[in-house]
Amino acid sequence: MEGRELIVNRAARFLRDGDLVNLGIGMPTQVANHIPEGIEIQLQSENGFIGIGPTPSAEEWDHDVVNAGGQPASILPSGCTFDSCMSFGLIRGGHVDATVLGALEVDQEGNLANWIIPGKKVPGMGGGMDLVAGANMVIVTMEHCDKKGNPKILKKCTLPLTAAHEVDYIITELCVLHVTPEGLVLEELAPGVTAEEVQAKTGADLIIPEHVGCMV
Amino acid sequence: MAKNKVASLEEALAKCHDGMTVMLSGFTNVGSPNKFCRAMADAGLKDLHIIANDAGNDKADGIGTLIVERRARSIVASHVGLNPKVAEQMNEGTLEVTLVPQGTLAERIRCGGTGLGGVLTPTGVGTSVAEGKQEITANGRTYLLELPLRAEVAVVKAWKADTSGNLVYRRVAKNFNPMMAMAADFVIAEVEEIVPVGELDPDAVCTPGVCVDMVVQL
Repeated sequence: MEGRELIVNRAARFLRDGDLVNLGIGMPTQVANHIPEGIEIQLQSENGFIGIGPTPSAEEWDHDVVNAGGQPASILPSGCTFDSCMSFGLIRGGHVDATVLGALEVDQEGNLANWIIPGKKVPGMGGGMDLVAGANMVIVTMEHCDKKGNPKILKKCTLPLTAAHEVDYIITELCVLHVTPEGLVLEELAPGVTAEEVQAKTGADLIIPEHVGCMV
Repeated sequence: MAKNKVASLEEALAKCHDGMTVMLSGFTNVGSPNKFCRAMADAGLKDLHIIANDAGNDKADGIGTLIVERRARSIVASHVGLNPKVAEQMNEGTLEVTLVPQGTLAERIRCGGTGLGGVLTPTGVGTSVAEGKQEITANGRTYLLELPLRAEVAVVKAWKADTSGNLVYRRVAKNFNPMMAMAADFVIAEVEEIVPVGELDPDAVCTPGVCVDMVVQL
């Protein structure tokens, strides 16, 4: 496994049996396809339901059911629907065990920037700020560097923040980083990747323990 | 006996005026009064101040119609990225956009309709959302004080109503409807079906008819 598959597969193994999880749009959505055998999770869609089912065909689609990206969705038999206050009450109230989402930048203090590029893209934060502030565990999944090869993991985010001091884990195609009060701890390396390589591609100083695990 | 709230589209449009603050429910046109939005545009309403979760899109009828046809002066929303006309009009300076985190928006509207003076939320602490807002520390955690939102008119969308205005929503089309139906001076419900009183299971009613001023089947 490598690249995105390695990232989402690793993220899936952070989830525990019975967790209520909210997955962001894009790569995080793929985490649902990598849940290990024996583990059952429930997925929340913050526009108002728990129990995200398979994407329906055009004929099967109930037009009153869309996911948080506004795309056709279905509700599993165990699912339930609710209004936006309940949905975000679940999120802020500690009922959502984990959220997985992407980042434009993330830093060594656990600050996350993923909602706005001033002057370029101003789509709005949607439910992102609530999710990052509210979910019990915040996992960022992303490419380690941007398209030009510049680090996205920094000492301090330069873009406007989505939330401050909320990120717990960063998973990239190179490594798993744990955000601690002391800084970013290199917990795991992708097969064939060295700590030196990760450090060279990271804009913050990494804490490298004696034993670093292998990402699988 | 409960009052009969059933009204015609024309009667409901007569309660709307240029320059009004209007809450429009829904999430990406699901649970949105899409047909009423179309009718508002056709009726020539303009200079609207919209409060909504999002700005719909620039293709299908709905909240987006009012943006595409330049009927809005301002919009308070959590997400406007699916309607490119919003950024266009914002950059021209013809549309004022205020972005509010989705959970905070829902709670501010709830406050507006339920007599609360505001809500303390951890969402947005340490971000640009906190600018100009009062921070309150309670039990060791920092919160933002977010103030209530109300509107002159709210237009909500329900699946079924009875003639007394009791509303039943369906599936994921609840979203902002129950809160908005309480947070405006005048509340219009666009519904798919109107049934006689007594036909709705009282346990299924999500918005009590007392909150609703007019029910319009579209």
